[in-house]
Amino acid sequence: MDTSILSWIIWIPVIGMVAIVFIPRENVRMIKMVTATATGIQFLVTLLLWNKFDLANGGFQFMERAEWIPSFNITYILGVDGLSLPMVILTGLLFFLSTFVSWNISRAQKGYFALFLLLDTGIMGVFLSLDFFLFYVFWEVMLLPMYFLIGMWGGPQREYAAIKFFLYTLFGSVLILVAILALYFTCGRTFDMLLLMQTAPTALNGVMWWGMSAIKVIWVMLFIGFAIKVPIFPFHTWLPLAHVEAPTAISVILAGILLKLGVYGILRINYTMLPDAVWWFAGALAVLGLINVIWGAMCALAQKDLKKLVAYSSVNHMGYLLIGMAAVIAGGAVNDNNILAAQAGLGGAVFQMFNHGTISAMLFILVGVIYDRAHHRDIEGFGGLAAQMPIYSGIVAVAFFAGLGLPGLSGFVSEAMCFIGAFPVFKAIVIASTLGILLNAAYFLWAFQRIFMGELNEKYKDLPEINRMELFTVVPLAAITLFFGIYPRPFLDLISSTMNVIINTVASFGGIAGVF
Amino acid sequence: MNNLQSLSLYWPELILTATVIVTIIADLFYSDKKSGRTALWVLGGLVLTYAAIRLQDSTLVTTLFMDNLAFDPFATFFKTLIILSTILVIFISKRTSELDGHRTGEYYSLIAIMVFGMFLMASAIDLIMVYLAIEIVSITSFILAGYLRGDLRSNEASLKYVIYGAFSSGIMLFGLSIVFGLAGSTKFFAIQEAMWNLEGSANFAFTLAAIFILAGFGYKISAVPFHFWTPDVYEGSPTSITAYLSVAPKAAGFAVTIRFFNQVFGDGGSFLDPSLTTFTELPWPQLLAVLAVVTMTLGNLVAIQQNNIKRMLAYSSIAHAGYMLMALPTLSSQGVYAVMIYLVMYLFMNLGAFFVVIYVKSQGGGESFEDYSGLGWKMPIVGIVMTIFMLSLTGIPPTAGFIGKFYLFAAVIKAGPQLYWLAIVGGINSVISLYYYMRVVKVMFLEGETSETVLVPPIAVMLIFMALAIPSVVFGVYWTPIANWVSQSLVLYTQVI
Repeated sequence: MDTSILSWIIWIPVIGMVAIVFIPRENVRMIKMVTATATGIQFLVTLLLWNKFDLANGGFQFMERAEWIPSFNITYILGVDGLSLPMVILTGLLFFLSTFVSWNISRAQKGYFALFLLLDTGIMGVFLSLDFFLFYVFWEVMLLPMYFLIGMWGGPQREYAAIKFFLYTLFGSVLILVAILALYFTCGRTFDMLLLMQTAPTALNGVMWWGMSAIKVIWVMLFIGFAIKVPIFPFHTWLPLAHVEAPTAISVILAGILLKLGVYGILRINYTMLPDAVWWFAGALAVLGLINVIWGAMCALAQKDLKKLVAYSSVNHMGYLLIGMAAVIAGGAVNDNNILAAQAGLGGAVFQMFNHGTISAMLFILVGVIYDRAHHRDIEGFGGLAAQMPIYSGIVAVAFFAGLGLPGLSGFVSEAMCFIGAFPVFKAIVIASTLGILLNAAYFLWAFQRIFMGELNEKYKDLPEINRMELFTVVPLAAITLFFGIYPRPFLDLISSTMNVIINTVASFGGIAGVF
Repeated sequence: MNNLQSLSLYWPELILTATVIVTIIADLFYSDKKSGRTALWVLGGLVLTYAAIRLQDSTLVTTLFMDNLAFDPFATFFKTLIILSTILVIFISKRTSELDGHRTGEYYSLIAIMVFGMFLMASAIDLIMVYLAIEIVSITSFILAGYLRGDLRSNEASLKYVIYGAFSSGIMLFGLSIVFGLAGSTKFFAIQEAMWNLEGSANFAFTLAAIFILAGFGYKISAVPFHFWTPDVYEGSPTSITAYLSVAPKAAGFAVTIRFFNQVFGDGGSFLDPSLTTFTELPWPQLLAVLAVVTMTLGNLVAIQQNNIKRMLAYSSIAHAGYMLMALPTLSSQGVYAVMIYLVMYLFMNLGAFFVVIYVKSQGGGESFEDYSGLGWKMPIVGIVMTIFMLSLTGIPPTAGFIGKFYLFAAVIKAGPQLYWLAIVGGINSVISLYYYMRVVKVMFLEGETSETVLVPPIAVMLIFMALAIPSVVFGVYWTPIANWVSQSLVLYTQVI
């Protein structure tokens, strides 16, 4: 088990899926139990992985390698490092919790849970694969279940939302595929990402395509592909629609994990294989981050639908993360003293990935709770719920405060790290983005006020309190938020070795190939 | 080889000819109702033909009948592909309801004749032989397209097919005659030799001839702008014939195109070199690149607007021809390799999609998108299988279609940055195609409600579905056998000057 632990993490859901296929569709309870077992075991294995993970090693661990298609140099390679491990644990956790969020799915449960588990495999595969072809296959495999999960079990506009999501992401994927093949043929005919990390940064030095540096061309193709997933303005328009129309559990997965895949791709591939162009693009990345922050916050402020507000808050939060990511160039040869800033920025970005995963998951679950009871999500349509549902209100308050970055909760730590890291390099942008923080607080507090304060709306005086099953899904997330808000050390220890590797890669290639 | 020696390597074709004759005679003894049994004769003949192909020395490279036909692994590959698709189409034809009330003896014997024609297309290395082969295939397909005599649309299909076919083969013949005039020979390699020694003043005539000949080939693989027959013929023909036309003659068309351009315009270097040098004065790679882009874009954009699934598949098959054409301008063995891989993958997924259309229609459904509404709930297995074919046609991993596209893109990108734009255009086209393929999936699953009674197809139908759907998925995950088969088949008979 020790050597194939990553394969188990990826394929356990598929075993569950196959089991579900053979369960008669009337036996809904059994189907749910199988799903819960599969995701539960998977989550435990990810924890075991964390336990055995060597924190001092910044490279890849638990490597697996197997022949697949030798004629095209395609290999089955898996591995985990400090960048992917937090995401793997987050994925395990959120899928386990989402199983229980999905408990009330009322039709075609067999199909729902089978696709749900397939999605799990796709996402885990992306985080763990170290062969570009395998990476791409998993990247695409998750699109289809997502399409069906939104399209069949979603809200009124689900068909449009599902196809829009699919078209947007497939467009991005095509660019990624072309970039992968371009790397394959220019860097020694291999899909092995470990090899590419060694060869790609130098193999393309000085190569010009149509008067542009080849590094930049490939970088931008990959970036657009990943930016659609993040989503980075102006590629974000699929997100509010998909998030709002998806059933609650799928919104949780979308916001909690799927968005991170884009960031993960940029960090894993753009940063380590083409570090040279990071220097060229960092400024633009920070500006895009600023736009995301302000734009997302403004849109959130304007929403009447609570779920849409939460969806736009994701755009807003991803902006902080991008600014932190851009800060990595602070660690370069320009000024060695700024290596700490780079660590703060990049570490903050990865921490923000994780925190946004837990916080947005919590927010979406809570929106689902109220929607199940009131059958609408109109912010103006509630009022005074704090008296009716005190426990619920308390948890929403925690989630909202975490979302607006209140000190003591994990969101604050990561956002602060992003800003601290970026400040030495992008002073103006950091200062401008504080406006976003203000708006961020405004939309959450204003929404809270409208829903929970004031007179209790007569219609809702019989609204039942949040139940145990729902509490079971939310409380662990709230606890994590609180814990990392006070004591972020364990998380930072987990990622720091790998972050240093990435920072060194970016720093050592800075400006060498004449990108400047 | 001379004519008598050649016969010893001609067993497959001889068996095929015997099959045709036996089938026609056997049909005389069957009553109208039992006429369908001729299918068994044809099937038996095809199996024997396949056995004969397998018994031959698969590595031998030579010419037959005084340099009229080539005998090489490349031809064997296409012959195998054609037999495989024919066998599948015969099984599919047995399940269609459209042929009810028609004697089918001629139907199956015409299919066998068509197979013979396609065998010739795959191996012809002489202009006259190319023309004859294409005409054998065309004329039999005209008849098959109009096989539903009582159906106006089938008649229309046949007539349109004849007119377009006659027109484009006329143009091709004109092109061939110019080539003959310039080169003084009808043999491919003799033409090539003459071309290299030609004076620059003949370039214009030669370019013109190349375009005319391309019109003939383009008509067979339904490349834009020679595609106008495709939608109407595909819609009007019996669906089983539509499925057949979209796969087998197209494969044969690619075989003849590849052979012609490699031997006549390339250096004839039998793909041993990583890339072929080209006949410099003629911009035929650019010509093919433009053809590819126009073909796939038009096919996709028009397919989006269709309301009839059969017609949508017709336009989508135009788009697929465009994808395959994309690999030819690379002038590389990798390009041809990619086309051959794609043809294998395409065979399963496209026949599969058409078989679903046939099956749904035989169950009292229609061919429009509305008729498929909620199908996934009523017939879940058909719905799931159709979803696999649609994803495979789009090229989403892990399906066979993705591997096909992957090799095509890889071939294009390997050719260097000057062709990256082609790969990106191809990719964007895949995204466009997603829209209409997923529309089928959407109406099947996203519309309608859970139904209490679920219709499960009978075993025979299930077997055909499995025979088409399982390769569509398995070859998306593990395709080493296909890759090996294709790379062994990448040997063409050529004469290097």
